[in-house]
Amino acid sequence: MKIIVDQDKCVASGQCVTAAADVFDQRDEDGIVVLLTDNPSEDLAADVHQAAAVCPALAIVVED
Amino acid sequence: MTQGDQIDYPIPPIDAIEPPPEWERLRQQCPVAHVRLPSGDQAALLTRYDDVRQVLSDPRFARSADGAARVSAEGTGVFDRRRPGVPQSGDGHQRWRRMITKWFTAKRMAALRPAIEAMADQLVDDMVERGRPADLKANLGFPLPVWVICELLGVPASDRERFSYCSDTFLNLSRYSAADMEAAHTEFAAYMAGHIEAKRADPGTDLLSDLITGTDSAGERLSDDALVSTGMGLLIAGHETTTNMIGKMMAMLLADRERWEQLLADPALVRTAVEETLRYDANAGFGMIRYVSEELELADGVLPAGTTAVCSMASANRDERIFDDAGEMDLTRSPNVHLAFGAGPHSCIGQSLARTELQVVLEVLLRRLPTLELAVPAAELPLVEGLLVGGLREVRVIW
Ligand code: HEM
Ligand code: SF4
Repeated sequence: MKIIVDQDKCVASGQCVTAAADVFDQRDEDGIVVLLTDNPSEDLAADVHQAAAVCPALAIVVED
Repeated sequence: MTQGDQIDYPIPPIDAIEPPPEWERLRQQCPVAHVRLPSGDQAALLTRYDDVRQVLSDPRFARSADGAARVSAEGTGVFDRRRPGVPQSGDGHQRWRRMITKWFTAKRMAALRPAIEAMADQLVDDMVERGRPADLKANLGFPLPVWVICELLGVPASDRERFSYCSDTFLNLSRYSAADMEAAHTEFAAYMAGHIEAKRADPGTDLLSDLITGTDSAGERLSDDALVSTGMGLLIAGHETTTNMIGKMMAMLLADRERWEQLLADPALVRTAVEETLRYDANAGFGMIRYVSEELELADGVLPAGTTAVCSMASANRDERIFDDAGEMDLTRSPNVHLAFGAGPHSCIGQSLARTELQVVLEVLLRRLPTLELAVPAAELPLVEGLLVGGLREVRVIW
């Protein structure tokens, strides 16, 4: 699994952090997404896909 | 429905639960529909999920522009209100947004949650003391979001009443004449300006103090106009919307006893249940407008340059192409990709806060008043008579 986030598209909704806090975080200065790991363990796959699905900016792409 | 047919928009709501049947007919037969707004101006109404999402997400299109259709001849409304000093689109808008968004991160919401819960508990105490039947909207739905915004803006608890009063006057006037609205607007702007002066003299740890002293990513400070607009904008965008949603959420969940019992049996469903009520909301109001400044190709048609598009997120949220059993309420639905908070560069800044408030309200009511029920059948709950914002006038309950 490989994850790419687009910080320019991100609108800081925090939805990804709620879905997968081990994988996504938000910058303190503006709430924009940061990736904690771009290749998380497979047991987080469902949470990561959930995050990508609910992102209001479609700023998260997951390649399996 | 053929091309030539004229539809008047907005389409009036039916009741607390059921959507107008026109939504489905339009989604099936006329996904890009010509409509006439109350002003007489023409617009293109989008009712399918993919089209609505595409238009809202396109950073080229702003909420208003010279030449865009007007909603009504005299007034504006909650979202198309001008915000002096705040850029409406492009890089400037993004820089402004990103000064605010740090206050709405998932972490901040987790930190704010206990305070919101304490407020909700206090409001439920007061409601129980006053006795049943009670209007959930007036007792809980109205005050809670104002209290929370006061907290965020560093407005002291002693000023809450004054702040609520201002907001209430303003909200009620939002359905009346432009002159009345201007007066309320002016009064409120003066209050905000005074509050900002006080914060400048004695900064606290709140959002406004931070905006006063901080700069955006280009090193620019917000002008005084922009500070006032931002403070007022947060109250305007975050009060009535959340108040109404609290009322509608509770009406939807209490309309069918099985839903309430499902939640009592498994309170862990609160998160997905809140999302499902946001999706299912048949009284979401007008929708969002975009001025399509360049020709745009959609899956279901072409919008010529100069079109004013009306995006019905509420219809999109019932699109069978995206949601299995779209007409059914499923409290376990996940992922729930509804568009109640919009999408893309203008999507709701306060969505994580709104979600937290709705979740807390539901948790507290499940815990405190498990025997809660509607005092009148859901279909008889009175609707708000507004042009832009949809909701229920009151939600009478017993317990
Ligand atoms: C259930 C409650 C709420 C709903 C349904 C809601 C809905 C929306 C929607 C649909 C938009 C997008 C407008 C567009 O695309 O043109 C929006 C924007 C916005 N909302 Fe909310 N909202 C809610 C609560 C809040 C709260 C609690 C706050 C803040 C305290 C807030 C602040 C804002 C702001 C500042 C914008 C403008 C964003 C921008 O211009 O980039 N909202 N809201
Ligand atoms: S869900 Fe999307 S928009 Fe929201 S913080 Fe994460 S990446 Fe950004």
